[in-house]
Amino acid sequence: MALDDRKSDFKFVGTRPDRPDGLDKVTGRAKFGADAHAPGMLHGAILRSPHAHARIVKIDTSKAEALKDVKAVITRADFSDKVPFKPGLEGEFWNVLENVMAGEKALYDGHAVAAVAATSALAARDALKQIEVEYEVLPHVTDVDKAMAPDAPVIREGAADYSVPEGMHPNVVRYHESGHGDVEAGFAEADLVIEDSFVTEATHQGYIEPHACLASLGNDGKGELWCCTQGHWIVQKTCAALLGMETSNLRVTASEIGGGFGGKTTVFIEPVALALSRKANRPVKVVMNRSEVFRATGPTSSASMDVKIGMKKDGTITAAEGIFRLQGGAFPGAPGDMTAMCGFAPYNLTNVRQVGYDVMANRPKQAAYRAPGAPMGAFAVESVIDELCNKLGLDPIDVRLKNAAYEGTKASYGPRYGRIGLVETLEAAKAHPHYAAPLKPGQGRGIACGFWFNHGGETSVSLALSEDGSAQLMVGTPDIGGSRASMALMAAEVLGIPYENIRVTVADTATLGYNDVSHGSRVTYASGLATIKAARNAVEKLCERAAAKWGIPVDAVKWEDGCAVPSGPNAGDFDPMPLADITTNMGSTGGPISGHFEATPEGAGVSFGTHIVDAEVDPETGKTAVTRYTVIQDAGKAIHPAYVEGQYQGGAVQGIGWALNEEYIYGEDGRLQNSIFLDYRIPVASDLPMIDTVIVEVPNPGHPFGVRGVGETGIVPPLAAIANAVSNAAGVRMRQLPMSPPRILAALKDNG
Amino acid sequence: MSKIHVSTTVNGDTVEYLCDPRETLLDCLRDRLNLTGAKEGCGTGDCGACSVTVDGRLVCSCLMLGAEAEGGQIETVEGMADGEELHPLQKKFIEYAALQCGVCTPGVLVAAKALLEKNPDPTEEETRYWLAGNLCRCTGYDKIIRAVMDTAAEMREAS
Amino acid sequence: MVEVNLWSGLRSLTGGRQVVEVEASDTGELLRELVRAYPALQGPIDAGVSVAVDGRIIAGSLNEPIRPDSEVYLMQRLRGG
Repeated sequence: MALDDRKSDFKFVGTRPDRPDGLDKVTGRAKFGADAHAPGMLHGAILRSPHAHARIVKIDTSKAEALKDVKAVITRADFSDKVPFKPGLEGEFWNVLENVMAGEKALYDGHAVAAVAATSALAARDALKQIEVEYEVLPHVTDVDKAMAPDAPVIREGAADYSVPEGMHPNVVRYHESGHGDVEAGFAEADLVIEDSFVTEATHQGYIEPHACLASLGNDGKGELWCCTQGHWIVQKTCAALLGMETSNLRVTASEIGGGFGGKTTVFIEPVALALSRKANRPVKVVMNRSEVFRATGPTSSASMDVKIGMKKDGTITAAEGIFRLQGGAFPGAPGDMTAMCGFAPYNLTNVRQVGYDVMANRPKQAAYRAPGAPMGAFAVESVIDELCNKLGLDPIDVRLKNAAYEGTKASYGPRYGRIGLVETLEAAKAHPHYAAPLKPGQGRGIACGFWFNHGGETSVSLALSEDGSAQLMVGTPDIGGSRASMALMAAEVLGIPYENIRVTVADTATLGYNDVSHGSRVTYASGLATIKAARNAVEKLCERAAAKWGIPVDAVKWEDGCAVPSGPNAGDFDPMPLADITTNMGSTGGPISGHFEATPEGAGVSFGTHIVDAEVDPETGKTAVTRYTVIQDAGKAIHPAYVEGQYQGGAVQGIGWALNEEYIYGEDGRLQNSIFLDYRIPVASDLPMIDTVIVEVPNPGHPFGVRGVGETGIVPPLAAIANAVSNAAGVRMRQLPMSPPRILAALKDNG
Repeated sequence: MSKIHVSTTVNGDTVEYLCDPRETLLDCLRDRLNLTGAKEGCGTGDCGACSVTVDGRLVCSCLMLGAEAEGGQIETVEGMADGEELHPLQKKFIEYAALQCGVCTPGVLVAAKALLEKNPDPTEEETRYWLAGNLCRCTGYDKIIRAVMDTAAEMREAS
Repeated sequence: MVEVNLWSGLRSLTGGRQVVEVEASDTGELLRELVRAYPALQGPIDAGVSVAVDGRIIAGSLNEPIRPDSEVYLMQRLRGG
């Protein structure tokens, strides 16, 4: 509600209308991944390795195949053998193939080894028990530091890429180092240097909708796939490669998506369902259960980090150094590079050095999770800054303001910043009543900043006008949090027609050009930019028709409030011509009118946020309560402020879960111990206070309306802000997440 | 395995289905009756996405067998609106942007309706504890709680 | 000539240099010329890089213009959630 009193040049942008898909979603009509049926449909189920690391000696599927209800059984042999293994992320198709169906080895507990399609879900599940797999169990490792140790079992030789220095364990597959200045000289200038080590556990994106799809691949080589995904073109491209098909022969339709947060930016069951369908020659539906989601889809990376920061008595940071080791499962891809590049990004540093490692272990392949890599780095960096502030008796917001990056600052990752809004978020934090509110005994307050790059990506949008003057907008980015509403607002703004007259559809891969995934906080930025430009393209054509009718040059016509009007007194004296008056006979004045945009926008604009948290620790039980929470973040321009607030609130609460409760717990046997929501506890309503939000708007010059992505930055500060609040409340520094009650009790005990 | 014949009432309509003894009420609603509003988020009664009421009692339909529904009165999200007229909670959820992805929404709405029928004037704390069995990963619950509290206030005024 | 700032992890591939100069008028030409001058950079470029031109991060486009006095940084390819 922070924007209500602000003046705006916009008519639609910045308002809060009902979302176009609201009715479907409150009545149960909206069709999600598991809600589709097809004639003759079979049900698929996947057999998974119970071992963390094992050679697959033999798979005998004959008993399952002999069952009357079973129509197909597949193993790795049913996929393309043309996908090459390459080091690092170069061989990503191979990594994905190996992840969706194991080859020679099972690499983690839950790794798929075979699949069946049967006439019912129960029959498919029963049939899995008839598949006999002979394993040779191998030594395993699940911890990041242990996976880097000289005696660690090697998960796969040759997975490391060019970047890894000689002498490192083969499980270290990528290495990143960057920075500038001379950190040793910087530390020598400091009045106080603090160096600490931090650990965070892997957490799951925790979307409520498990992965689900319905695949149909006939013997004509043409396929149809319905699935819940953040990006159906990447699904199309990946599945086609894994099955050895032509991309265009596979049409992928995105269902409504029940949350993704990065976890649905790749494929898991989709190629399996297609392979089953191809073999059975019938449609096959595959739906994961929750345990499969935890065991076999992307959690985020776990991390082990060392951060060293030097500060002068006045709060100036003289040097900063961070070593960030990220474990990303049995495949390359842990975003150690992103952790390194984001950790110190909020600050204007003369001397900075950051190192990131991508380390493999016997765990599921990590997938992106909201600003992937950034939250853990911010936890370590912002904790050390908090310690320095405490020891030097300095205000944590003042210190951050003193060192904050602004336009022209050389970023820790290299280039100079354009117009950014970190200082504005810090000033808003300092002025917020939350920051001045008194704390009760036993409570502590924490502050932290966070940074994320944001992304543009390939984008196609089409806008078609109807004869009655309404508009159909086709976008290719699945709506994960109300984006249809912001697209319609932006189109309404340009066209000057009512928001309600614009129908927004998430088009399938056969009816629109390529679109990158709904990730990287890119949807409102890139699909929004594309929508604005497609609408402007349509407006140009509308102006041409008006010019032709009036018999004046097209440059003498402009568009205002949904009407073509003469651009000035010399252009002629004509009444405004509304959009519907032009479209009503468009078929006979030149043909249908549509607008298009196909390009890769490259002006996403980075984003910053500052969070304020109050926490209360019960010294008897070690339980933490978050008593007050305020998110302050730069949105550039909030198109639909309610959904911007929603992104801030959701990001903060996922951060609360990560900080306090959530973790992947592995037993000595390398098996995941907590693969249901009862044991992997995400925040529930009774855990939380209201989450206050402040939308700061420092326009992004790379977007026509100033939009910066808002989806990801909100999860970057919480781990640190909560850790700082808890540490200040408990009087002992918490350097390991989650700060679960036993861990807090142990820390309190160690502290005497 | 032979199937069980079940005759029950869903959203006021008499329905019949044949189910495997192992199938849950949720399976039967979704796969036998094509009522896919209730979702399976966990299958273990932890997420509440499958919430329905049976004889007025809020249950996780993934924890109840389809065969147990014999003779029951089941209400699902599909029966929440009165014809064209949305339930006040449904309207308020749209107005408040109390949903993002929307997959938990059917369960949250059914649970919230059950709360307001039992307690028309819940405190924020009561609302938060009542809805603690409904996981939402998108919203942080803020707008959900506000929407339920405000609906309760409006319904009290209207009655 | 355009000055290209590399991340320090790439120094081992460029004979210890962190700032190199190539002739290029857009991002695609820049990457081609970098590989021509320093063939070992093929690895990181194939693995995915972004180019920051005057502070603007070009995630993947090869046709973004570069002026001789542009501030250019090679960066790891960005990924999002």
